[in-house]
Amino acid sequence: MVSTATALLLARFQFAFTVGFHIVFPAFSIGLAAYLAVLEGTWLKTGRQVYLDLYQYWLKVFSIVFAMGVVSGLVMSYEFGTNWSVFSRKAGPITGVLLSYEVMTAFFLEAGFLGVMLFGMNKVGRGLHFAATCLVSLGTLISMTWILASNSWMQTPRGYMIEPGTGRFLPADWLAIIFNPSFPFRLLHMGLAAFLSVAFVVGATAAGHMLAARRRGERASEPVRVMFSMAMWMATIVAPLQLVAGDMHGLNTLEHQPAKIAAMEGDWTSEDHAPELLFGIPNMKTEHTDYAVGIPLLGSLILTHSLDGKVPGMKDFPAQDRPPSYVIFFTFRIMVALGMAMIGMGLWSLILRRRGQIYDSAGLHRAAVVMAPVGFVALLCGWVTTEVGRQPWTVYGLLRTENSVSPIMLPSMALTMTAFVVVYFFVFGSGLILLVRMLRHAPQTGEQGPSTDNSTSVLGARSHPHELPGHDTPHGSGPA
Amino acid sequence: MDGAAYWLPVIWGVILAAAIMIYIVLDGFDLGIGILFAFERRRDSRDIMVNTIAPVWDGNETWMVFGGAVLYGVFPGAYSTLLPALYLPVVTMLLALIFRGVAFEFRVLTRIGAGSRSTFWDFGFMAGSVIVAFCQGAIVGGVIQGVSTTEGSFSGGPIDWLTPFSVLCGVSVVLGYALLGACWLIWRTEGALQQHCRVWALPLALTLLACIVAVSIWTTQLHAPYLRRWIAWPNIMIVAPVPILVGVLTVIFMWGLRNRHHITPFLCTLGLFFLSFSGLGITVWPHAVPPGLTLWDVSSPPSSQAFELVGTAILLPVILAYTVYSYRVFRGKVTAADSYH
Repeated sequence: MVSTATALLLARFQFAFTVGFHIVFPAFSIGLAAYLAVLEGTWLKTGRQVYLDLYQYWLKVFSIVFAMGVVSGLVMSYEFGTNWSVFSRKAGPITGVLLSYEVMTAFFLEAGFLGVMLFGMNKVGRGLHFAATCLVSLGTLISMTWILASNSWMQTPRGYMIEPGTGRFLPADWLAIIFNPSFPFRLLHMGLAAFLSVAFVVGATAAGHMLAARRRGERASEPVRVMFSMAMWMATIVAPLQLVAGDMHGLNTLEHQPAKIAAMEGDWTSEDHAPELLFGIPNMKTEHTDYAVGIPLLGSLILTHSLDGKVPGMKDFPAQDRPPSYVIFFTFRIMVALGMAMIGMGLWSLILRRRGQIYDSAGLHRAAVVMAPVGFVALLCGWVTTEVGRQPWTVYGLLRTENSVSPIMLPSMALTMTAFVVVYFFVFGSGLILLVRMLRHAPQTGEQGPSTDNSTSVLGARSHPHELPGHDTPHGSGPA
Repeated sequence: MDGAAYWLPVIWGVILAAAIMIYIVLDGFDLGIGILFAFERRRDSRDIMVNTIAPVWDGNETWMVFGGAVLYGVFPGAYSTLLPALYLPVVTMLLALIFRGVAFEFRVLTRIGAGSRSTFWDFGFMAGSVIVAFCQGAIVGGVIQGVSTTEGSFSGGPIDWLTPFSVLCGVSVVLGYALLGACWLIWRTEGALQQHCRVWALPLALTLLACIVAVSIWTTQLHAPYLRRWIAWPNIMIVAPVPILVGVLTVIFMWGLRNRHHITPFLCTLGLFFLSFSGLGITVWPHAVPPGLTLWDVSSPPSSQAFELVGTAILLPVILAYTVYSYRVFRGKVTAADSYH
């Protein structure tokens, strides 16, 4: 029994570890692809060189991020079977079909046009190249839509029948399956999170180059300034929107997964004038949140939009059906705190922008550099909150996690877990170092665009996105 | 069994087989290029090799994701039995694919500063490709030799898949991909590199043929029904062309190689892969998880299969069309002039 329990724990840890690494890359791709489409579109419309320079700069980053997303995603598409074979047998008729649609409508589209986007600058015309960029970006958005439909169905299942005897989930109404109650909120929340995460990486990159320019006694180049301004607009507009989206998602979770809300809040008894705990240590054994510090009535106000709204407590649910509060109590609070910091950053930049100092404030730029990872950290915390909050179920209320696992022996699981940790930290750690190294080079000015003439010489026709600034490039870059 | 419940799994079996075949062909030459790094030491040649696939490898790899997704959605019984049974080679393959995929990108990136070499990532690309190819062969071998199941679930041990037969299958796939990669490069490059590939192609083809013969004969000895499939009348009329065509293709291959054709060796190798893969399909049909579970035993309900089929019928032709478009954009010989370092 001990070994079965440990194998289950390892299967869960392995899945969480691999999907936690993976989720960062598609989120990065979603935000970056949209940014690239905007940059190329703006360049085509205005003809201003600066947008093309930025496009070429971030395209190199995109190629790396996308490759890491593909290989880490490949693991996911087989891990449902290796680690959760009972889940895949029972829920595969629904979740497997949604995943297949994701591959057919999104992955092929992204991968098919990525080559044209990266290497096709001089092989296709401007219009076609822009179309390729847009299709790749569209692919990332479609991919997010399907995977969130599948994930949301596991959280708030609808449109299924359970086959007597086998316990399989049979599809009864595909529209109800896809447009299940939590899907729209999850889609909106995740989409905004992806855009924000990338905005803060872009903003930090620009801020770093502005600080470097200041140290040299120079003014930052135009691409750096445009990059910073765009990122800060994104933070100013989208961070508050994300607060609204998160609030809507919370209301939806209260309606459909009240046990998750109780665990997130660290509430044990159901109350109608609930406080909002700022800190505390939920203890699943004593059924009490120790060292709780809270603001009276705020819990009811946030969750129900009224001061005396009823907020669930974990004692409303049988002990074996409660999510582990000690994890998600904290991840939820970190996510919200980082969200507030992002809103603050947006407001700060807005104030300085109105005073005409957005490119001159070392304080803002230093803060922006520090904020580089906050979008991704918040995204991961939010993801842990929602997924751990679904426990102890894989399909909420219907199929338990302990009844979903594969018949894998503990030694195999321990062996592969070690291998996953070693390989992921090494490979994606190296990737991170390379990305930081790339981003330390300022964007070059005078990058060459897709030609309008397809008969350009072979030389430069396959300009590689990986060529680094400072190298001799086949199409001769201008001075930085 | 009523019509839809009978035919939908058959149609899906054909689609899945086609998807796997497309994957083998497309990622096969990618992997082959990685394997050939073991023989080609010159950095400029290696760059050309990688440049021939740089614009398309992401798309090639997507076919493998597609295969996994179809298995999961349409044949969940096979997906949930085979993956636990082949857990170790599958996870090893996935980790090697990660290593190879990023090594492919990183080997160019790490060259900051003139003269520095990225031998580590070159090695990672080569080793990753060899391991992926071997694991794929071992997985196929593991499926063909059979998986123990009880009431539709895997009930064997973690290294049941590891047998001399599956090891031979692994070695065969490494050789096969290396040959496919060499022939791809004969087609897509010129000069010294093309000449090297011509030199490698002959011994690779001869050892691969020996492996095909060995695997074929060994397969018929694994289970009595496998042998009957190939020698019983009237099956023999239908299956006899497979070994005969293997012989014919080999002759054309040798002729094309000797006469310095550019694309003939590649097409012949594709043909060999197609025939070998078809031979395996003929052998195990209609089992999805030999020896116990048939296609129908492991299928999703018709409602799932039908819903997925509607989308596939529309989307797969579109996918194939823009895949062909993408290959056309990057057609032609790749030379050092296309290189960027």
